[in-house]
Amino acid sequence: MLLQLSGITKHFPGVIALENVDLDLAAGEVVAIIGENGAGKSTLMKILSGVHRADAGSMAFEGKTLQVKSPSDALDHGIRIIYQELSGLDNLDIASNIFLGREYRKGPFVDQKKLNDESKKILERVGLNVSPETQLVRLSIAEKQLVEIARALSLEVKVLILDEPTSSLTIEETNNLLRLVQELRSHGVAILYITHRLDEVQQIADRVVGLRDGRNAGKLSRSEISKDAMVKMMIGRDIKREERSDAVGGEVVLELSDFRSARYPDEVVNLEVRQGEILGMAGLVGAGRSELVRAVYGIDAYRGQIKVGGKAIRIKSPQDAIFAGVFLAPEDRRGCGLTVEMSVKENTSLPKLKALTNFGLINFKREEAYAKESVAEMNVKTANLNTKISTLSGGNQQKVVLGRWLAMKPKVLIVDEPTRGIDVGSKAEIYAQLREIASTGTAIWMISSDMEEVINVSDRVAVMHEGKLTGILERKQVSEEAIMKLATGGH
Amino acid sequence: MKQRGKELGIFVIILILLTFSFIRNRTVLSPENLINTSRLIGIYGIMSLGMSFVIITGGIDLSVGSVIALLGVLLSIFMVDKHMGPGLSMLIVVAMGGLLGLANGLLVTRLKMQPFVVTLCGLLLYRGLARFVSNDETKGFGDSNGISGVKALATGNSFFSIPNPLILLVVMSVIFFLVLHKSTYGRYLFASGYNEESARYAGINSRKVITLAYVVCGVMTAISAILFAFYTNSISPSTHGNFFELYAIAAAVLGGCSLRGGEGSVIGVVLGITLLLVIRNLVTLLQIPSSLEYAVMGVVIFIGVLADTVFRKKGTTVRKSTT
Repeated sequence: MLLQLSGITKHFPGVIALENVDLDLAAGEVVAIIGENGAGKSTLMKILSGVHRADAGSMAFEGKTLQVKSPSDALDHGIRIIYQELSGLDNLDIASNIFLGREYRKGPFVDQKKLNDESKKILERVGLNVSPETQLVRLSIAEKQLVEIARALSLEVKVLILDEPTSSLTIEETNNLLRLVQELRSHGVAILYITHRLDEVQQIADRVVGLRDGRNAGKLSRSEISKDAMVKMMIGRDIKREERSDAVGGEVVLELSDFRSARYPDEVVNLEVRQGEILGMAGLVGAGRSELVRAVYGIDAYRGQIKVGGKAIRIKSPQDAIFAGVFLAPEDRRGCGLTVEMSVKENTSLPKLKALTNFGLINFKREEAYAKESVAEMNVKTANLNTKISTLSGGNQQKVVLGRWLAMKPKVLIVDEPTRGIDVGSKAEIYAQLREIASTGTAIWMISSDMEEVINVSDRVAVMHEGKLTGILERKQVSEEAIMKLATGGH
Repeated sequence: MKQRGKELGIFVIILILLTFSFIRNRTVLSPENLINTSRLIGIYGIMSLGMSFVIITGGIDLSVGSVIALLGVLLSIFMVDKHMGPGLSMLIVVAMGGLLGLANGLLVTRLKMQPFVVTLCGLLLYRGLARFVSNDETKGFGDSNGISGVKALATGNSFFSIPNPLILLVVMSVIFFLVLHKSTYGRYLFASGYNEESARYAGINSRKVITLAYVVCGVMTAISAILFAFYTNSISPSTHGNFFELYAIAAAVLGGCSLRGGEGSVIGVVLGITLLLVIRNLVTLLQIPSSLEYAVMGVVIFIGVLADTVFRKKGTTVRKSTT
């Protein structure tokens, strides 16, 4: 074994993050680590990469005891971690990012030519055909990720840890990444692959290690890997698959005509969302879906017409949208959807605060009652209402976002990637809640890059490609092939 | 909880300083000294309250000192040279303070200029204007029409010899406390200060919220300017109000405001400015060379913020690791 972890235990005040966890890894194999959010995957990886130190347990690397006191210790041993949130520097070019801190020099100066040449070689290896002098800010998320991997490869790498590497990637980009992982494996790199995407595990993993509530939840060898087995291991019960309801959809609630977003001013979008339906919107990353809903919600400028409930309105700001009954749960929960420094209560009441006042002063009792009701209705798991929202899991954070709009009786609820980074159990719960909200007559418009989600949850599916609405599929027409065809341009 | 602890901490430091210096020099707690120090606390405290709103938005206002000079000079010109009534003159000055704040706020929120740069330009511009409109001559109020009545706002005392500026500060603090900690505007201010984008998504007009904070700061600065002008009765346009913005910023930071925005409390700010002025007072009374005045204050602010950072860092490590 290249790497052996045994009895790893880590306690945080009030929380057992890891309890007696074992893990081993051989050179040239891909081990997938799966588990719900909060299962301890990230903590385990942080211990391995020197960000945290274990309270108990031991680690062995190449037969010797491994002491990782800091991230640089981990690097010295050839252990590299690629985080979910990318850490590259946008203001520098690719070559500078790859060799940051280890620049080639000519006397006191940076040897730019050698830097570029070396970078080019590594970029070829990871399959990124971009000049090393490109500024990082110009790259897509997938490309930035490849740069991070290139940086890892520029050092000697024996263990590569990938934390949710594909959560923002398109299908094609994901396949590229998986190919790269396989290539690295064939060169003897040991890979720990953390993901929520079970398809990818099936495609790529030699073994699977499950974690649940900070403990080992089981192992699967290559031949045992199946979706059902993995799901069972993660949550300890079977998930009911969302049944597709019969055709729904009453009157048109939201109507866009001749609509052009600022990002794609030449593409005209005409779209209707009906009462009681969930309109899925599929497309590859960069298809302009988020830009479209940002414009509808009054964040960005637009041209064209918006009708809500048959009435033409002009939406210049989120206040206008909210006043018209149109709400958005944005893609970036932590950056836009929530104020992470504030409590569950304050986040829940924020848009409704004006109505919870007496003579301009907040009525704290009513605010508390209001938040309590919303939290109970959405089944948000939180220690109490004053808990900082940043300590909640992604699924519970999303429930708070949905809950605060739900309490305001939305006519149209737009959800952008509602389950990104959320564990399987919470996903199912959120789908059920969306369906429930729709059944009360709200029109739901759901953007999603998760194919399974789009197919399972939507009543109709609209598909975009590079700013253009390439097609709308009725429920009977929905299939993975049909969506992919439209998402890649449609023919 | 943490905020309460910090406020208590500053309060204890003030008590310790006073006790310690009382042993060395009994005049520290003499009525004259207390009255004089608390008068200054009132004058400085009012502008610090305004500054704290701007700092909570994540911004800063470096122009406060220069605005105090400009408005002081103008107040004198209105009352002495133009023979305008004191009420009208003060009203115009307060309105001008609000307008200057509005300009800062609009430049920051509409044109997305950086508050530091906008108000740094203001610092230079208003100081220059103050010197220009006064021909660089020191201004005062002499015995202009109605001056004796309004001057008492700054120099007079009321019930049990409490200086009027302190009373004004207490009243303002109560209002600010209600607005910041109990009203929707206060909540919106914190939300916009933490993360303007997410406040916007929640349907808050964060531009308006932030702009209003600058207006409030401008109005409070103008009130301080009036009090300070009456208090000194000698406004030398090149030095009047110099460094005042730094007192206000230091008070806000000592009192728990984060320059990153989103944090702060009214009690903290009031205690912060009190601590600063007590220290300044002690430098004089304990016969520490007055050339060291700024140095002593610098060290105290530094220690206060350092202690807070160390304390806070421990808090965040715990918080981060549990997510």
